[in-house]
Amino acid sequence: MERWIERQKNILDFTLSSLFRRKWKNAALALVYVFLVFLLASVIFFTHALKQEAGIILQNAPEMIVQRSIAGRQAPIPLSYIDKLKDITGVSAVKKRLWGYYYDPTAGANYTVMAPEDVQLDPRSIIIGEGVSRTRQVFKGSTMRFRAYDGKIIAFEVKSIMPSESELVSSDLVLMSEDGFRRLFDASGEYATDLTLQVKNPRELSVIASKVVHALPDTRPILRDELLRTYESVFDWRSGMALFLVSGAILAFLILAWDKASGMSHEEKREIGILKGIGWETSEVVLMKFWEGMVVSLSAFLAGIILAYIHVFFTSAAFFEPALKGWAVLYPRFKLTPFIDASQVATLLFLTVVPYTLATVIPSWRAATVDPDSVMRM
Amino acid sequence: MITLANVRKIFNQARPNEYTAVDGVSLQLEEHDVTVFKGPSGSGKTTLLSLVGCMARPTSGRIHLLGREITSLPERFLTEIRRKTFGFIFQQFHLIKGISVLDNVMLPAYPCGERLSVLKERALHLLDLFNVSQKAHTRVEWLSGGEAQRVAIARALINGPSIIIADEPTAHLDSMHSHELVEILRGLKNDRKTILIASHDPIIYDSDIVDKVVHLRDGKVDEGDTGPRTRGHLQLLKGR
Amino acid sequence: MRKSHAFLLYLALSGLCFCGLLAHGLFKKQADVEHLEAKCRLARTLQLTDMCLFTEASYTRHLSQADLHTAFQDYPMSLDHFPSGAIVPPPEIVRRTNGKVD
Repeated sequence: MERWIERQKNILDFTLSSLFRRKWKNAALALVYVFLVFLLASVIFFTHALKQEAGIILQNAPEMIVQRSIAGRQAPIPLSYIDKLKDITGVSAVKKRLWGYYYDPTAGANYTVMAPEDVQLDPRSIIIGEGVSRTRQVFKGSTMRFRAYDGKIIAFEVKSIMPSESELVSSDLVLMSEDGFRRLFDASGEYATDLTLQVKNPRELSVIASKVVHALPDTRPILRDELLRTYESVFDWRSGMALFLVSGAILAFLILAWDKASGMSHEEKREIGILKGIGWETSEVVLMKFWEGMVVSLSAFLAGIILAYIHVFFTSAAFFEPALKGWAVLYPRFKLTPFIDASQVATLLFLTVVPYTLATVIPSWRAATVDPDSVMRM
Repeated sequence: MITLANVRKIFNQARPNEYTAVDGVSLQLEEHDVTVFKGPSGSGKTTLLSLVGCMARPTSGRIHLLGREITSLPERFLTEIRRKTFGFIFQQFHLIKGISVLDNVMLPAYPCGERLSVLKERALHLLDLFNVSQKAHTRVEWLSGGEAQRVAIARALINGPSIIIADEPTAHLDSMHSHELVEILRGLKNDRKTILIASHDPIIYDSDIVDKVVHLRDGKVDEGDTGPRTRGHLQLLKGR
Repeated sequence: MRKSHAFLLYLALSGLCFCGLLAHGLFKKQADVEHLEAKCRLARTLQLTDMCLFTEASYTRHLSQADLHTAFQDYPMSLDHFPSGAIVPPPEIVRRTNGKVD
């Protein structure tokens, strides 16, 4: 065993000495590698954490949402539908939701305005999300003015600001009373934005959904499962962003790796010949090349993954922020809870260390099988 | 004792560029002797050395090394024998550029899994022996020809071989360094090493350390001209 | 120091560092349970359906509520709303209906 370890260390020593000869080239390679791992890991950590969190939070979303559409557009739903929905067997409760968007020209931002049934607010006060507070520079106790549907300015007093920990769901919210909502948007008392359903047996959801469509043909039900699926596919690999970000790096790296793999230089081949000549076995040459791949890829992998963790969970993915922000003026600032599992790390390891090491080992394999006597003929 | 029986080496067999490098050589080489293989280039000297040195396998024929038949051994055993029994000095030295002299000398021993401190001590001792220890940490490309030669010899000796194989060792040396080399070889001979040299340099084959000169021509032993230094132990074992 | 030792030391240290971060992750997850519960409570009381990720347009703000007629759903790579349009594929329900069109 000790012999085995010494042997590995000796060979590793030689590998490192030989890597040191091309310091700058290898350093550049490692740097690109670190950056690539960093990007990949950041994307994986970020999306995984986001998906996990969305999955947990949205378990609390309504089981079914019923929206009305007129001419293919979502339209206010009459409150009279509530009773019709209640008549459907299996439905245990129906609630109305009043919500909409308010474009704030001063800040250029969109807010989500809601009049929640279960929050008691007097008609002149509002509760706002941290993002709204930050964008408009309004705080607890300040007055916030909105331009109503008829051009009148309505002033609300900010009663409180929702805690910053909940920004991932609440950043752009403006909560107000039903009365305030209807004054602001001229929403008639006979309509709601949409309705939410609770059912007795969640397994009957799809049956109930088809009953809803049957009873009220101008509505469309949205099931909670669909919400969850939507967020499950957020930052889908299929979709562009992750690829946009990473493709440049991947390409650059592929070129480097390809160059390495296909173009074992004359010098490298000569060295392998010498090693064989002075008594190294094929397997030992391959072992040396294996270490060469590992030295670059494993160290870059560790550095990249550490940086990615710090980036995503300590700096809230600051590097992605400008890209994710897009046109948005109000950008939520949220600290993600680190959901990391072994499979993510294993995936990354497999995506980065394994291909690189193979790309180093495989081309050398052929060179390593040269007859030892080739050195005499060089 | 090294015995070759009707050894033949054919390159690129069954192809248009097929050629026979060694053609039915039978020889007996004594231990602790210095044997020189002499002949024009292309006469098969180098190939013969590589066959004896377990670097390549003969196409046909048998080689016995210290009583052991080596032609039929699998590669792993061959490497093992090669590593323990032979030290090689190549024509162009073949040191690995960019790494230190010390690393180069220790290189053949790395896969054996010896402790580095022990290995280093031995390597430094060898470098000291050849007066290059002060260059231990310089890169090999900064060495002079003579120094590179001595480093290459130190490397050949790191695993304590009993047989030294040198392929045209003076090809890149001036006369002074060639004479120096002969003196080094004399020292090795006094250490009771078996030395096999391929050379057509008179400084080598006319030297008084040489016990036997084998003349090769077209892959065959040239019997007509075995030379005055043949002290009668050349036995041709043709047709065995 | 031997080069191999220096390298192995680097590996060990960075491995340790990463393990430390993983431990931080576990610890943070425990510590964040309360916040997560608060978010869940909020989602329940306000009957929220979506995460606040992209606020630039209604159909990016409420991804799951988007209907068949919003620009966002044409094609995920379409850059009418960059980057959200490039990040998020259209909701399942839309894909099911419009899949044949794509």
